Amino acid sequence: MKLQARDVVIHHRRQRYGDMLLAVDGATMDIGEGEFVAIVGPSGCGKTTFLNAVDGLLPLTSGTLTLNGRQIDRPGHDRGMVFQQPSLLPWRTVMGNVMYGVELLGLPKEEVRGRAKRFVEMVGLEGFAESYPLELSGGMQQRVNLARALAVDPEVLLLDEPFAALDAQTRETMQHELLRIWNQTRKTAVFITHDIVEAVYLADRVIVFTARPGRVKEILKVDIPRPRDLRVKRDPHFVEIETRIWESIREEAARDTLAATA
Amino acid sequence: MAERVDEPIKYDTLQNYPTEFVGTGTFPTRVPHESPLRTTPLPPQNWFQKHEALLLGTLAVALFLVAWQGVASARIWSRLFLPGPVDVWDAFVELVKDGELATDIAVSGQEFVVGYGLAALVGIPFGLLLGWYPRLRFVFDPFITFFYATPRIVLIPLFIIWLGIGVESKIAVIYLGAVFAILINTMAGVRSLDASLLRVARSFGAGDLHIFRTIALPGSVPFILTGLRLGTGHALIGVVVAEYVAAQHGLGRMMMIAGSTFQSSKVFVGLFLIATAGLLLTYGLQRIERHFDAWRPQR
Repeated sequence: MKLQARDVVIHHRRQRYGDMLLAVDGATMDIGEGEFVAIVGPSGCGKTTFLNAVDGLLPLTSGTLTLNGRQIDRPGHDRGMVFQQPSLLPWRTVMGNVMYGVELLGLPKEEVRGRAKRFVEMVGLEGFAESYPLELSGGMQQRVNLARALAVDPEVLLLDEPFAALDAQTRETMQHELLRIWNQTRKTAVFITHDIVEAVYLADRVIVFTARPGRVKEILKVDIPRPRDLRVKRDPHFVEIETRIWESIREEAARDTLAATA
Repeated sequence: MAERVDEPIKYDTLQNYPTEFVGTGTFPTRVPHESPLRTTPLPPQNWFQKHEALLLGTLAVALFLVAWQGVASARIWSRLFLPGPVDVWDAFVELVKDGELATDIAVSGQEFVVGYGLAALVGIPFGLLLGWYPRLRFVFDPFITFFYATPRIVLIPLFIIWLGIGVESKIAVIYLGAVFAILINTMAGVRSLDASLLRVARSFGAGDLHIFRTIALPGSVPFILTGLRLGTGHALIGVVVAEYVAAQHGLGRMMMIAGSTFQSSKVFVGLFLIATAGLLLTYGLQRIERHFDAWRPQR
């Protein structure tokens, strides 16, 4: 067993309101070695908060989070985060940005460069290694974001809606690219998204969160063989799984609206 | 399902190239040689089109000087009241000849370099610290606000009492004039750092010192340079005004004396020299700014 969450409760500090919001209320899950898991749920259900806690950026109120039996209480090189916004250092080139995380591993200079170069190539940006982020399109920036996380060679890859801000065509290209890259590394991956099709296309299992405060509502296995082509999204079995998740989330969203108006 | 997922896609032609590689078109993308992007050079510009800005600017200045000389030569007003460019040039040559100007420039220059240099030396590190540590900022904020809101020139009488009418009192005025512009801008630079970048650094396990070195410092460079540029203006005002009040040498003193004895041409000489100094400093700092801004898309 790889990543384990037991009754995780997280309060999210809201600076503007000066209070602590209960964001996740008792999330429990097990994610196995080399597994690709997608977490979906209605917006504001605490899925990003949960992922930040797994990255070690947020403290737990109660419960336990462990990676290979070790307690998670701070960021570490065993986890690599791909952020929702590219969040690249604008004064560093593509190469320099991919090196950012690797530099903190205390490796010899040669190896830092070599590793960064390998991952710049893996995400298909070898021609742009010396370009600055502001010269790249959104999709290319997200490729850098992904390469930066992969380059530290984490045990778990955390992805926080990395394609949410991209246009529909670019998003599909990136989904396909992500699977190609993931196929080469076979890292354990936790992917947050609100896009159900994206979740089913990418993941081995889809975890549906309840409306806030977030809890695991149900877990669905995606028994579609890999490698998956983008055309699989039109497959009746794919649509069946997608519809089940959609109905599950609809239920939560409706409950949330009722609770808000009551 | 013929396509295999683990084969990297070959981007050999523009048609097979995913759209996101081509960019948004908003910025001219720096395209490496091996890139499959196809470009054609822009149509060539002739000499006049290429240097349009410089040409028109020079022409306007030349026309202005001619018009000024024309009005002055008409002698509607006396030479003491409105000297022409030629009179100003003559006064300049005369001042150079009797060697007085060299001393004045040397003294004013020394005051500026020491005062402004100290301001940068104190303002940048102190601004970085105050931006980074909120508690430190809470302590110093009332003093900074007090001095920044007060025209520092009102302190000249005190400085003359404390430091005399030599260069020391001028250096103090120049320093105080420039230091706050530099300090406040540097502080603002650190405070306005992109929070998402700080989160990235923390996520990768960077310590405070490393975050400071790799994110806070490079992130505030544009602000620091803006502070330095604003600081030169304040410092030059300091040079002139401090010397107006009481001084033994310097450009401000020269202008002050020339003004009170109706030597208008000499006043213009001083004015042009100080303007030139300001222009050169601004130009130099802009060059440095451009050097650090290599990552910004060219406009």
